Amino acid sequence: MITYIVKRLLSLVPVFIGITIVSFAVIHLAPGQPTDLMTQLNPKVSLEAKEKLIKLYNLDKPVYVQYIDWLRRLIRFDFGKSFIDGRPVIKKILGRLPITILINVCSMALIFLVALPIGVISAVKRGSLFDRSMTLFVFIGFAAPGFWLALILMSILGVQLGWFPVVGIKSLDFEHLSLIGKILDMGHHLIIPISVSAFGGLAGISRYMRQSMLNVIHEDYIRTARAKGLSEREVIYKHALRNALLPIITILGLSIPGLIGGSVIFETIFSIPGMGQLLYQSVMARDYPTVMAGLVIGAVLTLLANLIADIAYFYVDPRIRIGQRH
Amino acid sequence: MHKNALAIFGGSIVLILVLVAIFAPYVARSDPTAIDIKDALLGPSPGHILGTDQLGRDIFSRIVYGSRVSLSIGLVAVGLAAVIGVILGSLAGYFGGRTDSIIMRLVDIMLCFPSFFLILAVIAIIGPSIYNIMIIIGLTSWMGMARLSRVEILSLKEREFVLAAKVLGVGHWKIIVRHIIPNGIGPVLVSFVLGVAGAVLVEASLSFLGLGVQPPMPSWGNILMEGKAALGVAWWLILFPGLAILVTVLGFNLLGEGLRDMLNPRLRR
Repeated sequence: MITYIVKRLLSLVPVFIGITIVSFAVIHLAPGQPTDLMTQLNPKVSLEAKEKLIKLYNLDKPVYVQYIDWLRRLIRFDFGKSFIDGRPVIKKILGRLPITILINVCSMALIFLVALPIGVISAVKRGSLFDRSMTLFVFIGFAAPGFWLALILMSILGVQLGWFPVVGIKSLDFEHLSLIGKILDMGHHLIIPISVSAFGGLAGISRYMRQSMLNVIHEDYIRTARAKGLSEREVIYKHALRNALLPIITILGLSIPGLIGGSVIFETIFSIPGMGQLLYQSVMARDYPTVMAGLVIGAVLTLLANLIADIAYFYVDPRIRIGQRH
Repeated sequence: MHKNALAIFGGSIVLILVLVAIFAPYVARSDPTAIDIKDALLGPSPGHILGTDQLGRDIFSRIVYGSRVSLSIGLVAVGLAAVIGVILGSLAGYFGGRTDSIIMRLVDIMLCFPSFFLILAVIAIIGPSIYNIMIIIGLTSWMGMARLSRVEILSLKEREFVLAAKVLGVGHWKIIVRHIIPNGIGPVLVSFVLGVAGAVLVEASLSFLGLGVQPPMPSWGNILMEGKAALGVAWWLILFPGLAILVTVLGFNLLGEGLRDMLNPRLRR
């Protein structure tokens, strides 16, 4: 187990370095120096900002020196200061993170709560009316742009019917509410954003669960379980489901990049002051330090999530553990 | 049979879309960029069957011409991704060893990035033009193709006909181009068709956020952006372009899934 984790950790090093190189390269993409680009194409940027940039990235030195210097500060979580308000980038991001995590955790929970039963029932009753209508639902779920659904729900439930607030996460009188009142108020604001961001994932995960379940149902040990005379219920929910859930662990790690992309869109639409909105605002304002930090942090989060998923998989699946020993 | 029916349905949607895009001037008679302020924000009526936007432009025309943007970005971007992915994946699978591990590491690295945010950031830096969008989507979405081609090549290169070519002294490139690519193209084709659906969604999202196709050029995403500005006032600005995206993505997805089932001999019964 320890050897496996150490091996896995070592394999992350080149990928991490690659991530930093790509993120660093993004800002050096434009012809000439990033400072030229900012001052020429964007007249809003002053000469002072240009000097700030030159100093921050050591732009008067060779590229590899700039990179190593940036990397050295990055490892200490020093992402520099925002061009917009001069605050440390890491503080800005940490301040915005809780609400984004809250929304994504809720929507993940919602996805699993709904998608797993759909996938299991579709697989067990393969070809039934339920399975076929869920297949249709999945195709539409894949095809409907999330931001479009968001606009539709906003205009029907928000503007026309007035049942839900359309923007932000708090009412004006938020500060005067009791703790329970605050939670309810925030929940009221977040129902549409959470449902919409869950919808996209729902299609994918239920499809994946269905496939995983179908694969497991044909295994020998399921036939053995049936032959032992176990009830169908026990076979499906005890023997098949547990094994079919394993591959889903991997999905959690793989879904992080999509969640970040989704947060950018949904938080922008609903004016939610989370990390997604911050990233969108920094892109629009060409706040390079924040953009670079967003790229690096997003990629490293994915890397770590995949690592955790692999270790968890290793831990829960005895077949892999035993396979490693040989 | 049921699977084939879905593929044919998806294929017909795609075919109709391509025809609409090519013959846009004949499908929609009014100019998609003609401004007419006195006709602003009209609901659907015989004159403007899908209504008009804030500047009085005909939404039906804008959606019809928008199909050109969506399809050309989808096809070119995914075409680029396919070329990069197939070349890198083939090299990795065919030569193995160090080449393989370097290329596959690169795939791992690129897969870690939140691709939508990466695309957004790069577009903001180099500027939103239709060509930049094609290139950036292509450069950030080749990884699946690379993995696919690599696996395909790994299984093909041990097959008798490839070994026979090797024994006969045929060069590496000729083996790859003549014997391996034609035999492994099926899964790549499926991935291409599904990829177009994804690229159409990415372009729509970019344009919706204002970093995609720039007005006055019509795109489904930027009509939706105007729809958001008129939220609760003009439902037709939201409903119709969204349906266009939905139908397009659905068409490509059905076609792709159908092709996959047809090409997979294990599923053929």
